[in-house]
Amino acid sequence: MSRLAPYTAVVSARYRNLLQYRAAAFAGFVTQLFWGSIRLMILAAFYAAAEGPQPMNMVEVVAYVWLGQALLGMLPWNTDADFKEQVTSGAVAYDLLRPLDLYGYWYARTLAFRTATTTLRAVPMVVFAMLLLPAFGLAEWALPVPSVTGLIGFLAAITAAALLSTAITVLAHISMLWTLSGEGVDRILPSFVTILSGMIVPLPLFPDWMQPFLSWQPFRGLCDVPYRIYSGNIPITEAANEIAFTLAWTVVIVWFGRFLLSRGVRRLVVQGG
Amino acid sequence: MPRSPLERLEARQGRPYTARPAAARGGQSDGESSMSQIEVRNLAKVFRVAERRAGLLGAFRGLVSRRMRDVHALAGVDFDIERGELVGYIGPNGAGKSTTIKILAGILTPTGGTCTIDGLTPWRDRRRHAARIGVVFGQRTQLWWDLPVIESFELLQRVYRVPEGLFASNRDRMVELLRLGPLLDTPVRQLSLGQRMRADLAAALLHGPKLLFLDEPTIGLDAAAKLAMRDFVRTLNREEGVTVVLTTHDMDDIEALCERIMVIGQGRILIDGGIDELRRRVGNERVLIVDFEEVLRLAALARELDGDGVRDVRVTGKRARIAFDAGVVAPAALIARVTARFEVHDLFVEHPPIEHTVADLYAEHGQGEA
Repeated sequence: MSRLAPYTAVVSARYRNLLQYRAAAFAGFVTQLFWGSIRLMILAAFYAAAEGPQPMNMVEVVAYVWLGQALLGMLPWNTDADFKEQVTSGAVAYDLLRPLDLYGYWYARTLAFRTATTTLRAVPMVVFAMLLLPAFGLAEWALPVPSVTGLIGFLAAITAAALLSTAITVLAHISMLWTLSGEGVDRILPSFVTILSGMIVPLPLFPDWMQPFLSWQPFRGLCDVPYRIYSGNIPITEAANEIAFTLAWTVVIVWFGRFLLSRGVRRLVVQGG
Repeated sequence: MPRSPLERLEARQGRPYTARPAAARGGQSDGESSMSQIEVRNLAKVFRVAERRAGLLGAFRGLVSRRMRDVHALAGVDFDIERGELVGYIGPNGAGKSTTIKILAGILTPTGGTCTIDGLTPWRDRRRHAARIGVVFGQRTQLWWDLPVIESFELLQRVYRVPEGLFASNRDRMVELLRLGPLLDTPVRQLSLGQRMRADLAAALLHGPKLLFLDEPTIGLDAAAKLAMRDFVRTLNREEGVTVVLTTHDMDDIEALCERIMVIGQGRILIDGGIDELRRRVGNERVLIVDFEEVLRLAALARELDGDGVRDVRVTGKRARIAFDAGVVAPAALIARVTARFEVHDLFVEHPPIEHTVADLYAEHGQGEA
């Protein structure tokens, strides 16, 4: 068996488990449909009133919004309730009974948490936005079919985004070893993650003076990079650089998470389970 | 005809529960076989606990300067456990049992002392150690709550990197011995406590550990489930040579299973020996139970037996319970006195329930619950 076998087994078990929550996924789909429509209307009004050329055209904006609605759950905006329960009850110490690297184990679980429910919601959203909207005569508002290179670049970028998002979520999980409750981190995370990733307003539409900062912060890799590669707003020739940017941030955050966890575990074993 | 797991095991042909070969468990060398399997020396664990001060003012002062108090959960514990032993580890709540088990399992780091298990230090070589041991905590399941039992098992196979053939034979063996067949497709959260404990036991043994820690494995179980659990643990120990360290509050577990008992109180080992040793330490109390041919009056019997060594006499109908100290009056002498005076139908001598013995011991060390 490969060295990774235990971790992939954890991912797949948790993934299958989370796929059970279909009703929640449907509710999420409906909510996100609603918000997607509102965001589109606001941005359309904005474009109608804007003077001069904008950094993204309307087709690119429509793609950006629908992809965001489809993949909202993949943003590191909350923590795993299961994990929270484990920390408050002290059961988290029992994870040390497994012959696994603790960070790897938590990363595997979190990767499933971050992606499983997203898959459930993304599929109907894409079907709706790409296929149903044109059928209703709303082709102008539909998620455009990507070019082949755009699709390939997008798939690579969204995979990198999933790895980055998981690393950030694991960091939030690790912080609970000190705070013992996910309350604080659950309130802080969404406000800056949704803004800095581009989920609220596409990042290119922010003022010019903010662009240098926005282009270097890690959250950009979560939405802005993959969605713009999809629509071709980031040309495919630059895609590799952008994906490398996302992966570099992932490495930094994983490294920091491992460092923090090693201190956290010392604390854990000192205080007892 | 219902048969016990032990009987079924004896009837079984082939398909032995297989421990993993030493090489697969990470280079456990034969050179270590001269050592005890577990060697614990002067093990200490101090927890620092923040003390809360009473009242609002106290709460504010606590914000500025916290008063810390040291709690000595373990204050120098020594013992050796040999391969193939089945050791009962008992003590009142808060005596340090669970702390010891957690240190031995590698999830807690002691403040002082050493512990070597098969050549490894549990908390330093955590991952290698974890792959070699099995642990069951009666108070919480280690199965994945939402997964069917069989999926938990398959996940554990990958987590412990158990080769397919070994996994299949261990799994089938556990399913048979613990009667898990009908439960395999049930999610863990739907199992009864007894079923869950059986599944947990199997889960802890799928990777073929030669050392098993059981922390209160019979807690909350009904009588039948307890008996099944004991049968299984006995089989595992006697037939497979698995070393078992068991903590419990149920003295029947101890009497049924353990040849050796360690009693811990206030962070120290008070007694380490057989059940007889435990009884000797708290006196030689015995109870003589006599069935007379006719109904007796208590006063008559009490008057007749009044004397050295007899502590208590109770009569219900034709039966009398006479508690006495075997160190003062020999059982034979007491029986002779009774049979000389009265028509006796039947009689026998019994030990007092071990619960009393242990409660006495805890009281002696100022750690009783009551």
